[in-house]
Amino acid sequence: MSHPIQAAEFLQDQAKSKWHDETLWFVRDKRDKISKSVPEWENLRDLASQIKDNVLANLGVYLEEFEKNAKANNIHVHWAKDAEEHNEIVLGILKEKRCNAIVKSKSILTEECHLNPYLEKNGIEVVDTDLGERIVQFLNQAPSHIVLPAIHLKKRDISEIFHEKLHTEKGNEDPDYLTQAARIHLREKFLSAKVAITGVNFGVAETGEFVVCTNEGNADMGVHLADVHIACMGIEKIIPKRAHLGVFLRLLARSATGQSVTNYNSHFRSPSPGKEIHIVLVDNGRTAQLARPKFKNSLKCIRCGACMNTCPIYRRSGGFSYESTVPGPIGSILSPGIDLQKHSSLPFASTLCGSCTDVCPVKINIHEQLYEWRQEITKALPDRTKSLAMKIANGVFAVPFAYNLSGNMMRGALKILPDSITYSGLNTWGKQRDLPELPKESFKDWYKKNRK
Amino acid sequence: MSCRDLILSKIKAVPLEPKALPIIPEFEFEGDLKARFTASIQANKGEVISKEELLSLLDSGVFEKVYSHIEDFSSLTNIKITEDAHHLDNLNLAIIRGQFGVAENGAIWLEDQDMGLRALPFITEHLVIVLDSAHLVANMHQAYGRIGLKESGFGLFLAGPSKTADIEQSLVIGAHGAKSLRVVLV
Ligand code: SF4
Repeated sequence: MSHPIQAAEFLQDQAKSKWHDETLWFVRDKRDKISKSVPEWENLRDLASQIKDNVLANLGVYLEEFEKNAKANNIHVHWAKDAEEHNEIVLGILKEKRCNAIVKSKSILTEECHLNPYLEKNGIEVVDTDLGERIVQFLNQAPSHIVLPAIHLKKRDISEIFHEKLHTEKGNEDPDYLTQAARIHLREKFLSAKVAITGVNFGVAETGEFVVCTNEGNADMGVHLADVHIACMGIEKIIPKRAHLGVFLRLLARSATGQSVTNYNSHFRSPSPGKEIHIVLVDNGRTAQLARPKFKNSLKCIRCGACMNTCPIYRRSGGFSYESTVPGPIGSILSPGIDLQKHSSLPFASTLCGSCTDVCPVKINIHEQLYEWRQEITKALPDRTKSLAMKIANGVFAVPFAYNLSGNMMRGALKILPDSITYSGLNTWGKQRDLPELPKESFKDWYKKNRK
Repeated sequence: MSCRDLILSKIKAVPLEPKALPIIPEFEFEGDLKARFTASIQANKGEVISKEELLSLLDSGVFEKVYSHIEDFSSLTNIKITEDAHHLDNLNLAIIRGQFGVAENGAIWLEDQDMGLRALPFITEHLVIVLDSAHLVANMHQAYGRIGLKESGFGLFLAGPSKTADIEQSLVIGAHGAKSLRVVLV
């Protein structure tokens, strides 16, 4: 199914989609406020972008340096060219350790590789330990947002599934109560797991260490109680020096949720005595993306989710409408590189307003890449694009019209254009909904104040 | 060809222009480090308390099982510490010393020797970190400058108690790890 059809489905539940839209806007707002409290914010974005440019220009060198240093620290380093190899490596370690139940903290890479179903098929119990991920796992769903996995759910839904799975009181929707129930349930899992899997936020070439950031502390609860820690890392997560962590940790949580730093930022350099750390370095399409000059910058992403929170389409269509592991604007430029046929509608799921590019902490030119993908897709799949164009392009945000308008004008327009234009019948995301309440100031004033 | 060599050769085959690493400048910081640090910890849902407040809290007897990893309070330890962190599951309070704190975000740097067992600051129900108020830096750049390339198997910037907002974005403290963080500035 293409994005417009999925989006229409999401909009069926009006109250929920309205809540989704407003909640993510609220997160975006928190990001704005905290970023403005850091005077050097724009310098940090420049630095982060330049560091990542350097990483992409020297990826092989840094990976080899990382491997050498990690090995010297007693970390086992594995390489996987694709999802399949990644999954086999992980299963191989589990078999060697005779382990049939694992705990896993948030890792978008393992979602991308579909590790959970693979392990389950091989008789391994997988427990996702991030609260949001555990909730969606109970529901047999995937995360709908890379930072807020259960953002598509209301506490009523969570209360129901917890009643079924954890025998909490029927109808008790109190977040404290529900979290407490999950704590008790997961504590037991932490205490019994012999192997813990985590993702990686940053791998440092200079030291061979890697950093994992959480607020819940679930990654650490898992790995410090288990005998074996398996960390799964996309090859683009490498950074050259430890000092660069200073730049990225200042940007990551502020961009993601509007907090100054995550509460736990763990630096793994070598295993505790008697324990093991394995790291799996995964390509799975990343080298192919690196070879696409127009799109290679998408590999700079640090997965903060800010582009999703700000995107008017994501907020109004939900993460599932993208049918890709990474949804939202960044997902829409990563996924076509993996499967152009399947994800051909995604680059069109955008107003090209550029808000994603504005908030991105590593300054990826997301909206320009969306535009570029549209050109590629039109060339590669002319028939497909024609039917898509029927659905989307007639709206006011049509390609190249919207693109030419571009910049501040469109950015401003997003929140305040009259319904008749923004939500024309042909614009799926606007279909069921009116615009948020109009700001009190006039367009002119608003524009003056907001343009950069 | 091994998978490793395959990946590295694919990368090598991509023509890429060189890009220099930027130099990270010294960013100025205005204001009082201690006040800013305290505000940051509070924003992260932790508390900053005095030594007296800690002592009276300990006297109140609310914490049944206590372990202090630092000399000052070692007389309060009333559990046996083994090599196996699983035994810490019922620990009510752990007291450790932080190396230094970061004013801009409240993060406190800890290494293996400060924790004993790596699981300690996570598995304990409540956590107290004692920190010398002379050991505060302004921001994360200064923080990494201070750490340098020092070798510790595990290093941690801990900035608050375990928290989550995964249920309808309502903030809940005490997801999996410590339900509270108290920082004693001495
Ligand atoms: S593209 Fe930028 S804004 Fe979006 S998740 Fe990645 S780093 Fe964050």
